[in-house]
Formats: sequence, C-alpha cells, structure tokens
Amino acid sequence: MTDRTIDDTVDDAYGATESEPAEGKVFTAAGGDWTDIAEEAASLGEERIVVNMGPQHPSTHGVLRLILELDGETVTEARCGIGYLHTGIEKNMEFRTWTQGVTFCTRMDYLTPLYQEAAYCLAVEKLLGITDEVPERASIVRVLLMELNRISSHDVAIATGGMEIGALTVMTAGFRLRERILKIFEHVTGLRMNHAFIRPGGLAQDLPKTAIDLIRGSLPDIRADISDLEKLSNENPLVKGRLVDVGYLDLAGCMALGVTGPVLRSTGLPHDLRRLEPYCGYETYDFDVVTWDSSDAYGRLRIRFEEMKQSLRIVEQCLTRLEQTPGPVMVGDKKIAWPAQLAIGSDGMGNSLDHIREIMGTSMEALIHHFKLVTEGFRVPVGQVYQAVESPRGELAVHLVSDGGTRPYRAHFRDPSFVNLQAVAAMCEGSQIADVIVAVASLDPVMGGVDR
Amino acid sequence: MTTNDESGPDDAALATTAPQAEVVAHRQGMFGAHDAGDTSGYGGLVRTVALPPPSVRPFGGSFDAVADALEAALAADGTELGDAVGSVVVDRDEMTLHVHRERLLEVVRALRDEPDLRFELLSGVSGVHYPQESGRELHAVYHLLSITNNRRLRLEVTCPDADPHIPSIVEVYPTADWHERETWDFFGIQFDGHPALTRIEMPDDWPGHPQRKDYPLGGIPVEYKGATIAPPDTRRSYS
Repeated sequence: MTDRTIDDTVDDAYGATESEPAEGKVFTAAGGDWTDIAEEAASLGEERIVVNMGPQHPSTHGVLRLILELDGETVTEARCGIGYLHTGIEKNMEFRTWTQGVTFCTRMDYLTPLYQEAAYCLAVEKLLGITDEVPERASIVRVLLMELNRISSHDVAIATGGMEIGALTVMTAGFRLRERILKIFEHVTGLRMNHAFIRPGGLAQDLPKTAIDLIRGSLPDIRADISDLEKLSNENPLVKGRLVDVGYLDLAGCMALGVTGPVLRSTGLPHDLRRLEPYCGYETYDFDVVTWDSSDAYGRLRIRFEEMKQSLRIVEQCLTRLEQTPGPVMVGDKKIAWPAQLAIGSDGMGNSLDHIREIMGTSMEALIHHFKLVTEGFRVPVGQVYQAVESPRGELAVHLVSDGGTRPYRAHFRDPSFVNLQAVAAMCEGSQIADVIVAVASLDPVMGGVDR
Repeated sequence: MTTNDESGPDDAALATTAPQAEVVAHRQGMFGAHDAGDTSGYGGLVRTVALPPPSVRPFGGSFDAVADALEAALAADGTELGDAVGSVVVDRDEMTLHVHRERLLEVVRALRDEPDLRFELLSGVSGVHYPQESGRELHAVYHLLSITNNRRLRLEVTCPDADPHIPSIVEVYPTADWHERETWDFFGIQFDGHPALTRIEMPDDWPGHPQRKDYPLGGIPVEYKGATIAPPDTRRSYS
C-alpha cells in the first residue's frame, strides 16, 4: 500500500479507486439482496458484464478464480486465475534430502497423495538405477494403494461434481464411500492423507498383519457404494440433462491443449500410461482401459465409474499376490534403505525399541548408518529423468534433476490438473454460465496440484 | 558439450569420437559438509561432478530412428541437423536433444508434423537454473510424447542470464501457454511470441523469480519446546 491512495469517498474496499479506474461500473456482490444488484445492473442497460467467479466459490472446485465475460447468460469469454494455493513445494524440495521430498510432494494434489509419492519415488529410483531392485512386495503394495486412491479420487470428483450441480445426495453418498477408503489408508499408513508412505527404494514399512483382511472386508461395501452412486446418477434425467453434450472437447482439442486422463479417454482414445509405459508391474495385471465416445461431461462421469470398478479388479489381484509374496518392502542396499524398523509405542508410531536397542547397544556400524542416512541422506548420481504415472486426472509426471548431491537439484511436477485447466476456455465459451460449473467439474482440477 | 556460440555444424550430434562430459562442480572432502573441519583424513579428496556426456551414434533402441527422421525432416527445410541440435544425450534410457534456441520452432514443428515422428503431445516445460554454467545459465526443458509411436523425447534449450530469451512454441503446441508462463514466473525466461506472458502462480507485482538458485528460500527460526530450529536454507547441509 505504498504507491496507492485510498479514496475515502468510496466505501467499497474492493471497488476501483481513482488511481486505477475500472472499465465500466463495478458491482460488489458479497451477500445481500440479489434482486437489488440485478436491478442496479439492469438500469445500466448493458447486457455484457464481466463476472469474477471465485476464488472463494462453492462451485469452482477449490480456490479457482474464473473470469467470465457474460452476454446475458451466455459466456463469451472464460479465463482462469490460479495461484491462490501456491506454496513453493518444488522450491522447498531443493532444501531437503531425497527421502524428505516425499513428505512435500504428497501434499500437492491432496486427493491423490499416493500418486505424487509413487511418481517421485520412481523417478528417484530411476536416477539411482535401482528400478529393478525394488522388492516385488513393495511394488504390489504401491499398486494396491494407488488403485484404492484412484477410487477415492474419482469418488470425490463425482461427489463434489454432484454437489456443484445441486445433487447433494451424490455428495453425501460419495463421501461415505471415501471414508471407507480413508479408513484403509489410516490403517496401513497411519494417516488419512499426506501419507509419505512410499519412499525411494520401497515403502516406509510393511502392511500391518490385519490390513489384507480389513481391505477384503471393505470391498463389498465399496462395491455396493459405487453401485448405489451409479444407480443414482447414470440414467438420472436431471444428471443427463445437465451433463450430456456439456463441456465438449474433441481429440484434436485434447492433443493441442495437452489434456490427458478421463477427459482424453472420453474422446475414445484408449490412452493410459499404465498400459503404454507400465511401471510398478502394471503390465502383469488384468484390467480394461475404459473409453467413451461422447467427448462430454457425461462420458467422463461414466468413465470415472467404470475406472473405479476396474481399480477394484486390480485391488483384488493385489490382495491375492500379497498373500503369496512375502519379503522385504525396501531395497537391500543399506546405503539407500532408510531404517524402516517402526513400531507402535505408547506415544504413537516411532522407531522400534528393538531397533534402538540394537543400534545403541550392540552395533556401532548400524548406529553410524542410521545417523548418516537420517541427517545427511544418500547421494544420487548426476543426471535428469522424467517419470510419468497415470493419476486419476491424467499424466502426472516428475522431472527430476540431480547434481550428485544429497538433495534434488530441481524437482518439477507436471500436474494434470494444471494442464487440463487450460481447456476451460475451449469448453465453456459460447455455453451457458450454468454449464461452466459442469465443465470445470468434469475436468476435476484439484487446486493443490495446480498451484503446488 | 560446448557453449551455444562455439558449436558448429559438425558438433556432437555428428561426431564420431566420444565428446567430453561437462563438469558442473568440484566437491571436496569426505562428507560434503562445509561448516566445520573435516577430521576424517579425507579432507583433500576432490570429486568432480559431470553431467551425463553427449552420446554418439548409434544411440540404441528407437533413438536412432528419431534422430534419422528429424534429420530428414530438417534437411527437407534446408537445415542440417547439427545446425539445430547442439548435442544428443542418451542417459537412463531417455533421449535429450540440446536444441539451439534460434532453431527451436523449426525443430518442434518437424517433431510434431513429420509422420515418422508425430510427437502430438507436449507434456510440459520446466525450467532449470545452473548459475555456474556461464553463458547458458537458464535451461528450458520440453517433454514431448508421441502417442502414435509410444515414445518420449526431451528437448533442452539454454539461454544466458544476460539475454533470457527463448522463442515461444505456443503456436505449435497451444498447451505450452501455461507452462511457459510458469517458467517465466519462476525462472525469468522470456518466451518471445507468447500471446500473454504474465505471471501465473506468483502475484502480478511479485519481485524476482523464486525458483532461481540465487533466490533465497526464506523462513524464520521456529522455537519448539525450548529448542530453536533454524530455517531450512540455513541448516547444516551436505552436498
């Protein structure tokens, strides 16, 4: 506020000041009677208005600011303003060890924490050249958690999308399903979100002994919840009336704008990185790549439902394999493997007392290794890699550069929400303002990932 | 690898002998800590840090096919491959073309349109700042994906800090719009020809470009149960 003067004659703190005049009259709608505002706007005799929708708006899927130029109810121009959740995660990662990086990237897209962790760890492993040494059990658990995460993420996309068009039952039913999956995550990783469970070289720890039974026991409920949601929405005339032919984006548009994920698959192209560039052993699982041919919001809804069911198929295969695959969940190289001997104590999860007894009492070398790994971290050979995974929103990729030190030299995340949001203008211009909500919801952007 | 202005048509892309790797840093001592004496007896140890060296043909796998197709496509426009591509690095099963900035648009257009290449999708653009590489401090890294051929390719374009200009590729890949804005925002690379190169993540009036190495992380000491924890960039670090 140094070079701006506050105009005392104006009582609207957010309105234009004399030093920066607005183009046309500014109306501030912050509660109050809409009829008054509408009448005041009508008195101008001008139909073309610019509306700031967001950044705090219940229907913009997060702190997304949509700048809409309206002619009556028709959107003539749509632009996105982003950056409200920028937290500098990538910059912060340059000041932590390679292992600590997981704690940061898991917080980007808060609905798909395990995908960021997996993409980042796969990239670190590629830089280290230990991709083939990651134990099979660790890869199976990664796939298991990622697919459960896909169900919860698609579920939230459908639930919040429903809420945004006024279908509150879809929201409450959707969040009930999400709760079942978060319970599994809490049981396995200790946290409902932001797990930092997948680590370079494997996992923080093995599954608890009760986990497989718990997941098996939850699957019928999860399946029933998905089925209920489908019955509620798929052929619902209100849903179809709002979603069919809305948010249209064809294959050429997707290619030009870099759009991936369910939006790309709704054009009929079976593009799925789990098939095309398998990682974590995806080539050994049976599942179908779901496509639709309508290129609209309704097709994307159906794809999300089908993908949730395909994810359940993969989860079941993972559970069967886990029962037959014992073994470590961390690479054997003690120069990389973080001490993963954790146990539940009276004050929560921490290093197991047995491990502390061993390193403090009997093995000087183990103590040195533990100390060096935790304070200093391991070194990663110099070079750069690009590792992509198929997140629920599309291609989530990490560009990781190492200068041979104990910290990432540069970590850049190609977040699918960030790229897909660019399609808002192509999807919304020329449509009704109510369709903007549906189009944005069908892109399913998560602002934590967009802004990082 | 040589700097931009030194590289000629017979550069690494066409060379037959293995070129030297570029040394980016020298590290001393055993532990990489800088704030205390090294009592290990290995204080005089010097390690050099070198980027993966440029590769020579054959590159292996399908990388030769990419290089051949690109060479043919550029030749049809009257450009030698060596004029546009300074060097080729194949490392960890990924191919990187170091493209001269003045030829970038030609190269990406060929990569997108040539039937044998068909890199339909630009996955992203990310910046990297190497303050020690004088004359080529700022790198813009482009990640391309060909769905038709199921291949990936990385382009790396450099520009000096004193003249941070790289042509925009929005006209070829419209998706580069936000990526280039992000790279401008975080690194200060100006993409010439971009339709609206404004900040995207930081506020419009933000001073500086936060992801550059000379931009401090910031932070304040935090006191917790009597102990004071320094901000991350002033804690003891190892390299």
